Amino acid sequence: MQKVLVANRGEIAARVIRACRELGLASVAVYSEADENALHVQRAEEAVCVGPPHARDSYLNIEAILTAARQTGADAVHPGYGFLAENASFAAACRDEDLVWVGPSPEAIEAMGDKVQARQLAVRAGAPTIPGSDGAVSRERALEVAEAIGYPVLIKAAAGGGGRGIRAAGDQAELAELVGQAAAEAEAAFGDGSLYLEKLLVDARHVEVQVLGDMHGNLIHLFERECSIQRRRQKLLEESPSPALGDETRAAMTNAALQIAQAADYENAGTIEFLLDGDGAFYFIEMNTRIQVEHPVTEFVTGVDLVKEQLRVAAGEPLSIEQEKVGLSGAAIEVRINAEDPERSFMPSPGEITGLALPGGPGVRVDTAAFAGYNVPPFYDSLVAKLICWGRDRSEAIARTRRALEEFVVDGIHTTIPFHLELLADPSVLAGEYHVEFLEQRAAASGRIAT
Amino acid sequence: MEQTIKSPLPGTFYRRPDPHSEPYVQEGDTVTAGDVVGLVEIMKTFHEIHSDAAGRIARFLVENSALVDAGQDIIALESD
Repeated sequence: MQKVLVANRGEIAARVIRACRELGLASVAVYSEADENALHVQRAEEAVCVGPPHARDSYLNIEAILTAARQTGADAVHPGYGFLAENASFAAACRDEDLVWVGPSPEAIEAMGDKVQARQLAVRAGAPTIPGSDGAVSRERALEVAEAIGYPVLIKAAAGGGGRGIRAAGDQAELAELVGQAAAEAEAAFGDGSLYLEKLLVDARHVEVQVLGDMHGNLIHLFERECSIQRRRQKLLEESPSPALGDETRAAMTNAALQIAQAADYENAGTIEFLLDGDGAFYFIEMNTRIQVEHPVTEFVTGVDLVKEQLRVAAGEPLSIEQEKVGLSGAAIEVRINAEDPERSFMPSPGEITGLALPGGPGVRVDTAAFAGYNVPPFYDSLVAKLICWGRDRSEAIARTRRALEEFVVDGIHTTIPFHLELLADPSVLAGEYHVEFLEQRAAASGRIAT
Repeated sequence: MEQTIKSPLPGTFYRRPDPHSEPYVQEGDTVTAGDVVGLVEIMKTFHEIHSDAAGRIARFLVENSALVDAGQDIIALESD
């Protein structure tokens, strides 16, 4: 493995290219017509235009990306996150072309991509799962299952993901009304109208475990990330360790994550998501078969470069670290700086960044593909930069994040910087007492922010 | 009198809520202020375009799935 095609854009493409350079690997960027001047195009040794601005014509265009790999003689593909990262057919197509796929096998992607299959796998692995329908259900069966597990319940699209295709029903009448609607929506959005049902846990936290596996049978965890600060199911702030996890629960959760990854014959980087309720009970939700946006949080507290490990194990090398050597040191927080206006319902705010001053100093990391003069295109997600800060403890990490946010200047567009400054002054956040509905409830109480 | 309905945001203009549904409005339809007449996709999110006046849809000034700028005229609206 010598030349890696990075099938992505933005900060994650720049992140992967950095890892390639450190490992002495050449990199190939792909880009859409809207990204001609993007940072990842400048940073890679070679760059190939794969189509028009819309992702479906470029970053999701499997044929164009494979052609770019052939043209440049790339021998590996790193998919980043989003776009084709969890597309089993793309992973299989790469394998068929003798390209090293920097990720888990297409079989593991497929098994975990189907939420019903993933749940059954977790059950077989002995991991706790949320009481629910154990598979796709008809409308009539949905009502029976809901009666048995108790309301409120969540209706989920079997083919959904990333928080899409999920609806909550508080009682029988609501469920009866929503089931038909949800099936039609899932059919339109994912081409598959299958639904399943889950009990809705109230005031639960989203805690996820990072795992890494190689093809020599080594499988390790790198502790947890707490990701409960979400708006419309999109994460805005993540931290490690979770303020809500005691040693005993942490051990049980990381062990469950390893059992699930083991059952899936998992290789490369993956994340197992759990819901943690107020009593310390946790339940498997899903596994993400890719590197995550919030991976730097784990890198800061463990000192492990996850992207370099991904590249190493994809090339057939063993993991460079053993489980016993993975420690969790201090605390790290990531805030997502999005091109959105928090004063106007987080309305997207693309356009030219006329001025940019990045924070620095001890314990501060910024992952971004932005620069002064960069035009944030309207076609892709709104993430402009990730600010990640480390401290010896959580309060130092919070103080650093606040300080770094105060130094952080993005001129020309609106960003979520003011929102994060407010958030990191909120007594509940400072106390680590929050859950997945926290932002919605806070917005309802104040009449602004996350509405 | 003829006026225009503008896109509040830059992005991709769509005439339907999803590819399997009917368009929100057709030429000749009557709308009242606040009616949804289209969608703009921007940064993976969808935003409704509302008519800010009552009237009749005279014609579309952009094609379905065309790129539009913020403030760009989308629909010509005839009102009394």
